[in-house]
Amino acid sequence: MNNFSLVLSNLGRKKLRTALLVISILIAFLIFGVLGAFFKAWNAGTDTAAADRLIVVNKINFTVSMPIAYYNKVRAISGVKNVTHASWFGGYYQNQRNFVQSFAVDVPSYLEAYPELVFPAGQKEAFLSTRNCLAVGSDIARKHEWKVGDNIPLKSNIWRKIGGSDAWEFSICAIFDGDEEAVGANYAIFHYDYFNESKSFAKDMIGWMIVTSDKADNNDMVAQQIDELFANSFAETETSSEAAFNKAFLAQVGNISLILTLIIGASFMTILVIVGTTMVMAITERTKEIAVMKTLGFQTGRIFSLVLAESIIISLFGGLLGLGLAYLAVSAIGPMMATAMPGMSMSLQIVLIAIGLMIAFGFVTGFLPALKAMNVKIVDALGKS
Amino acid sequence: MNTNTPLYELRNLSKRYSRGGENIPIFDNLNMSIENGDFIAIMGPSGSGKTTLLNQLGGIDKPSTGEVLFEGQRIDNLSQGQLAKWRSANIGFIFQFYNLMPTLTAAQNVELPLLLSPVKKSERRARIATALDIVGIGDRAHHRPRQLSGGQQQRVAIARAIVADPKVLLCDEPTGDLDRTSADEILKMLQVLNKDMGKTIIMVTHDPEAAKYAKTELFLDKGEFIRRERK
Repeated sequence: MNNFSLVLSNLGRKKLRTALLVISILIAFLIFGVLGAFFKAWNAGTDTAAADRLIVVNKINFTVSMPIAYYNKVRAISGVKNVTHASWFGGYYQNQRNFVQSFAVDVPSYLEAYPELVFPAGQKEAFLSTRNCLAVGSDIARKHEWKVGDNIPLKSNIWRKIGGSDAWEFSICAIFDGDEEAVGANYAIFHYDYFNESKSFAKDMIGWMIVTSDKADNNDMVAQQIDELFANSFAETETSSEAAFNKAFLAQVGNISLILTLIIGASFMTILVIVGTTMVMAITERTKEIAVMKTLGFQTGRIFSLVLAESIIISLFGGLLGLGLAYLAVSAIGPMMATAMPGMSMSLQIVLIAIGLMIAFGFVTGFLPALKAMNVKIVDALGKS
Repeated sequence: MNTNTPLYELRNLSKRYSRGGENIPIFDNLNMSIENGDFIAIMGPSGSGKTTLLNQLGGIDKPSTGEVLFEGQRIDNLSQGQLAKWRSANIGFIFQFYNLMPTLTAAQNVELPLLLSPVKKSERRARIATALDIVGIGDRAHHRPRQLSGGQQQRVAIARAIVADPKVLLCDEPTGDLDRTSADEILKMLQVLNKDMGKTIIMVTHDPEAAKYAKTELFLDKGEFIRRERK
């Protein structure tokens, strides 16, 4: 027998109570694991934003377009390494429930700006040379079971072709992926020229520009130059870093981070109180046994450690079970959510934070009971026959 | 330790409790000594201070004034940590209600005091087996307390008290919860431990029959020793 088996024997004293405590903690960490994966996916755009990329949008709103002439003017600014542009297409396939997030882009400069997009051999070249090519992210291709060579029509609620048709014919010639999990592959891109020549209005207008500076330190200087260049024009611009832009974009939905933090915090606080109270009750029931141990010569520090270890073991056991279930849940949900929210997975960071929380949770719930056990007065406790 | 030094010496020992602002004396200016190898039964009516005196001797309670010396060294002024160490080295406790850990087997209960000493695992096993054999319950080593009778539980408690080979056994009404037959068995066992193994035994009891097994009977009433009978 050793300290560990002493702790385990105490945990096995009331199996139902221990099981309920484990389940309570399991639920807390199940919530934490699933919401943590969701949180990671939600912030993936900010996390994967390149430090040297800037986004230039119309100052009125990012949905308002700007002239394509801006594109060439920005290229001439010192400190600019690359400029590309993109326009929102907002497509859907067959019916409006099959939303396909798609953009018209200047393909050569776009692929230069986003080196994290990875194409199978030959497909990048095919995309560059095929005017009506639609390059689709692997998540979308998987969802619609599209493959290279398929010809598909995409419809748009915004853009109509000359002649009034809302159906745009594309040939899928490339299926791309991100070079890491967090890089989204949940959208499609096609040539701006093909789009511009056929659209019935807003010709030679673009949605936004993506500027790559020669080094991240020059971002502020470049951004200032761009905005000054178009100051007092009919389409003034607002330039920000890609991370800041993504963050502001997400903020439109609401402060999701705060909501998630509040949900996790509330579940943890509730379970903290339940587990803490139960542990105090459990130790109160054992007051006499603790007094006997002290009588035998167990030091107060050792008693404190034994009781604290019980809480930490319960917390780790329940927490790891909860995290395991969260992993299974995220593995099941992740692929289903891939087109709407790519990169939803259980990262090592989430696991490490969870383990840290488990230890902290065990410490917090066990501290008071351990202190209570440590301070048990032998004479008083043994007197309670 | 000088050969003439008593095992225990109480000097002007007083103990008072404060209850509701009132200072209640349990005993006042007690003086006595206990020799090594003695078997003392402390008797007296309820509230006479028997258990309180035993607590002083076991270092689990401190006197209000006075001194408790063990082998010539004061123990009343030791810290809680020092007292815990001293108890684990010198004292074995036997309680009226056995006070075994319900989640541990008999052998594991007996092993508890050995967790406090640097005894190797193999030696630990041997000591547990010996202690359980001495009290005649070796065949119940893997039973939990609830699977044992009261008499058997008290035997396990005695095995726990002797396994670390302490000098003194302090027994608080060790037969108070047992039938006569079981009580006699336990008391004979204490006698053997005293005679054959040289343990000094100090036993608090209400039971005059139990006291007959001791070498010395001490009568305590209203905080004073009123009689000491040596057989």
